[in-house]
Amino acid sequence: MSTISRDEVARVAALARIELRPDELDRLAGELDVIVESIAKVSQVATPDVPATSHPLPMSNVFRADEPQPALPVDDVLAAAPEAEDGRFAVPQILGEE
Amino acid sequence: MTDLTRLSAADLAEKLRHREVTSVEATQAYLDRIAAVDGSVHAYLHVNADEALATARDVDARRAAGEELHPLAGVPIAVKDVVVTQGMPSTAGSKILEGWVPPYDATLVEKIREAGLPILGKTNMDEFAMGSSTEHSAYGNTHNPWDLERIPGGSGGGSAAAVAAFTAPLAIGTDTGGSIRQPGAVTGTVGVKPTYGGVSRYGLIALASSLDQAGPVTRTVLDSALLHELIGGHDPRDSTSIPEPLPPLVEAAKQGALGDLSGVKVGVVSQLQGEGYQAGVQTRFEESLDLLRQAGAEVVEVSCPHFEYALAAYYLILPAEASSNLAKFDGMRFGLRVEPEEGPVTAERVMAATRGAGFGDEVKRRVILGTYALSAGYYDAYYGSAQKVRTLIQRDFDEAFAQVDVLVSPTAPTTAFKLGEKLDDPLAMYLNDVATIPANLAGIPGISVPNGLSDDGLPVGFQVLAPAKADDRLYRVGAALESALEKSWGGPLLDRAPELG
Amino acid sequence: MTQLVDYADAVRRFDPVLGIEVHVELGTRTKMFCPAEVSFGGAPNTQTTPVSLGLPGALPVVNGTAVEYAIRIGLALNCQIAESCRFARKNYFYPDVPKNFQTSQYDEPIAFDGWLDVELEDGTIHRVEIERAHMEEDAGKNTHVGGAAGRIHGADYSLVDYNRAGIPLVEIVTKPITGVGDRAPEVARAYVQALRDIFRVLDVSEARMERGNVRADVNLSLRATPDAPLGTRTETKNVNSFRSVERAVRYEVSRQAAILDAGDTVIQETRHWHEDTGITTSGRVKSDAEDYRYFPEPDLVPVEPSREWVEEIRAGLPELPQARRRRLQDEWGYADAEMRDVVNAGALDLIEATIAAGSSPAAARKWWMGELARRAKQDEVELAELSITPAQIGELQGLIDSGRINDKIARQVLDGVLAGEGDPEQVVAARGLEIVSDDGALLSAIDEALAAQPDVVEKVRGGNQGPVGAIIGAVMKSTKGQADAKRVRELVLERIGS
Ligand SMILES: [Mg+2]
Ligand SMILES: [Zn+2]
Repeated sequence: MSTISRDEVARVAALARIELRPDELDRLAGELDVIVESIAKVSQVATPDVPATSHPLPMSNVFRADEPQPALPVDDVLAAAPEAEDGRFAVPQILGEE
Repeated sequence: MTDLTRLSAADLAEKLRHREVTSVEATQAYLDRIAAVDGSVHAYLHVNADEALATARDVDARRAAGEELHPLAGVPIAVKDVVVTQGMPSTAGSKILEGWVPPYDATLVEKIREAGLPILGKTNMDEFAMGSSTEHSAYGNTHNPWDLERIPGGSGGGSAAAVAAFTAPLAIGTDTGGSIRQPGAVTGTVGVKPTYGGVSRYGLIALASSLDQAGPVTRTVLDSALLHELIGGHDPRDSTSIPEPLPPLVEAAKQGALGDLSGVKVGVVSQLQGEGYQAGVQTRFEESLDLLRQAGAEVVEVSCPHFEYALAAYYLILPAEASSNLAKFDGMRFGLRVEPEEGPVTAERVMAATRGAGFGDEVKRRVILGTYALSAGYYDAYYGSAQKVRTLIQRDFDEAFAQVDVLVSPTAPTTAFKLGEKLDDPLAMYLNDVATIPANLAGIPGISVPNGLSDDGLPVGFQVLAPAKADDRLYRVGAALESALEKSWGGPLLDRAPELG
Repeated sequence: MTQLVDYADAVRRFDPVLGIEVHVELGTRTKMFCPAEVSFGGAPNTQTTPVSLGLPGALPVVNGTAVEYAIRIGLALNCQIAESCRFARKNYFYPDVPKNFQTSQYDEPIAFDGWLDVELEDGTIHRVEIERAHMEEDAGKNTHVGGAAGRIHGADYSLVDYNRAGIPLVEIVTKPITGVGDRAPEVARAYVQALRDIFRVLDVSEARMERGNVRADVNLSLRATPDAPLGTRTETKNVNSFRSVERAVRYEVSRQAAILDAGDTVIQETRHWHEDTGITTSGRVKSDAEDYRYFPEPDLVPVEPSREWVEEIRAGLPELPQARRRRLQDEWGYADAEMRDVVNAGALDLIEATIAAGSSPAAARKWWMGELARRAKQDEVELAELSITPAQIGELQGLIDSGRINDKIARQVLDGVLAGEGDPEQVVAARGLEIVSDDGALLSAIDEALAAQPDVVEKVRGGNQGPVGAIIGAVMKSTKGQADAKRVRELVLERIGS
């Protein structure tokens, strides 16, 4: 498995929306490299004939009836908002939108 | 008058039921104890004194009025801060949630409130439950009551330390890879990870959705059974909740305490002992096996060959799911919002600045690892392979449980290490959970029962694992072992812990 | 932007390939994964729960009715219904996506491999192959404040309402639609329109385009010839009216042809449609847009519709629009062209209801495609928007059929109904329009007319019945057209004694 470069960490951090300082980038690149190397061994036994398990207990068809329940009161909805206006969450400008 | 904080929850409940003591007295005793010793233990992030006393008064009044109450009514409890509590801060040990007060209760908190257990407060933990030492909390370390220089385990170090320090008789923990059992082992307390789906996850701030499970942290096996029955059972708000009722747990604990395990087949997992396990841990483990044999159990060795891949699979699945679960912490709707130091203030940049400032090192490490494992081109090699390993581990368990009723191992390879000792070595830290992780991957239940002190004078734990939905076996075997051990010691292990304060 | 290539020229030299993704908001009472009640136009953030707000700790539970609706849609589009399928997480950060992932279906859609026959206005049928139909949830709604016009303190920001977040969606994705040539815009439009009609008949959505219940993303690429490999496509997002679908395709054909003519390559990108100017513009190229890090949603368990359930749903499907059209055409005896005109004019339901109200198929068609179509055109409204109902037309036709009014008077009655004077009966009564069939009243008018035109009377008496029309005309005039002309003729001849 390939090693994780500092650039790769920067790319992934951007994907994960985490701003990293240069020293964090350096450190993480080293740490993740070691970690990834040690966990890459999963591929040794993950042969094509083994099915994947995403869920520990096999269950299916868990449905809810289409019956309304009370909504959260709007005051509770907005109580923790860093900023709110007109009953809505105020967020910084969103680029790339019409 | 006896020190109310030394009573087991079951004994306290009994005294409450017979109105020998009131819930207000018991709750106040715990609040006093918290005031006296939590300064040095730091198990609590938030103490909920006023509300706890109000609940206690209410329970006392209802009992006085002759109302039929839950068996644990009036017994105080502490709740790990990863569980959302309406009107009470819930930070999950993270700066990004500092001051957040949820507008709703977790299902298990609803049940606790309905049953009339005063909630003493919220306990410390590794940030978002990522860690095995509680050193990754944004709000300072929790100290092991057995040695304040040592870690209390993690992520639920706060709940375990509170129970061990007699600042709570009962606590709620969550266990994604051992976060209930490993702290239990290193603090001399009992911790249970129920079958996946046995206790509702609704209202647990998710770490890894397919691994997370809430469970009891207590001083006795019976107390765990009582709490487990209270918080467990089907919840229609959790799609992964098991629809069938729980097996009778309290009954199993009581039966086990009688000390007869004849007919029970116990499997020792060869992969979860020996090399890498501290000598004292191994010795205590073998002594406990002898006690089980003496109680009539048949002990055999079983092999789970794929367990050696469990840790690797876990450190792919957990970060992957966590990277997605933690995406919602972006400073838009709740919690911390940080603006970039320079440049345009856009939503995208505010999210990144908020997460950069609000997440601690371990969280960043795992979120980035998980994002990497899921990102284009790596999925099959990492996440996809890890899910296959999960299948292999389940098959190992299936084969083992075809031969034996329960599996056993030491809960953790070592006793509590010194604060700071492994902080800079993530891989060494991850190894703490090597014995507990397989159960989470397979969804099966596990218990850690304190089984003595290692050569260093620190507690060690004995882990029992059972097939999915057979949580009652944990209690039967756990209670049998506990009663044999306490007979040999002449009292509970925690009696030997140093006095605090 | 380089000069666009004229559309006709572009499709002469390039072969357009379409791909259409349609999102339909299901009309369930509650959201996809939580019991927040959904209703249009609620105050902001009044229709949320911890789940649809993405609060820490909240967990999704699938709305069983939404699954049933998705299966209905899948069956109506001739799809296979999965025996087992799962939800996945599509991870991307966006303020209107509360969890910063959309719970959607990825590699395991509930329905797949279907088709829909789409009928163009001239009756040509084009089969559109359906790749998949999958379930997912809608995002919240951003309102942008400030901007170029109202920039305050130099800072723009957005306000987010999560009422829409979590509303169930079904996304229907076509396979590449090939072989349509210059008719690509029409096919695109007709396909979206056909889907809208199906959603309504299935009763799975109100399917109101203007409310955004149905939204189309149009993929388009050009290639030199039909046997060349597919070209690079663009995806024009959120084209939200039938007309816009057609225009957007036309525009992209012309735009891409210009790029190819200039020897450049088309960039694979998302484009925005501008309703006002009728053009598309490039969306911001997001570096991570394609890396959604899909993985199976661990908070949900698989959906495994039993075959019995699927067959039960299939058996309960209503008659679909195309089958209904065939049946009605048969029943009514319309010619192909007549039927097509009716459908294209949006008159099918109106005519069906008019016939149900007692009119003959021919008369119903005559009204809606004739006089009423003329008036709708004059007022620039849809037929259905005229302030007259099929029941009223049925009643009007009944008055004619029973001889109480004639065709000419019927137009006056129509005026009255459209002017809000009430039902045809009421208008006839209020305006006194009923045909005068009382012989006494007619006879005095006839006598007057005979007296005024003795020469005509002479001629008729002489055996020449030709000029009798002049007398009838005079009577009709003096009775303001309300006389029954046939009866008048009888009486006139009787009076003259011929
Ligand atoms: Mg799309
Ligand atoms: Zn979609």
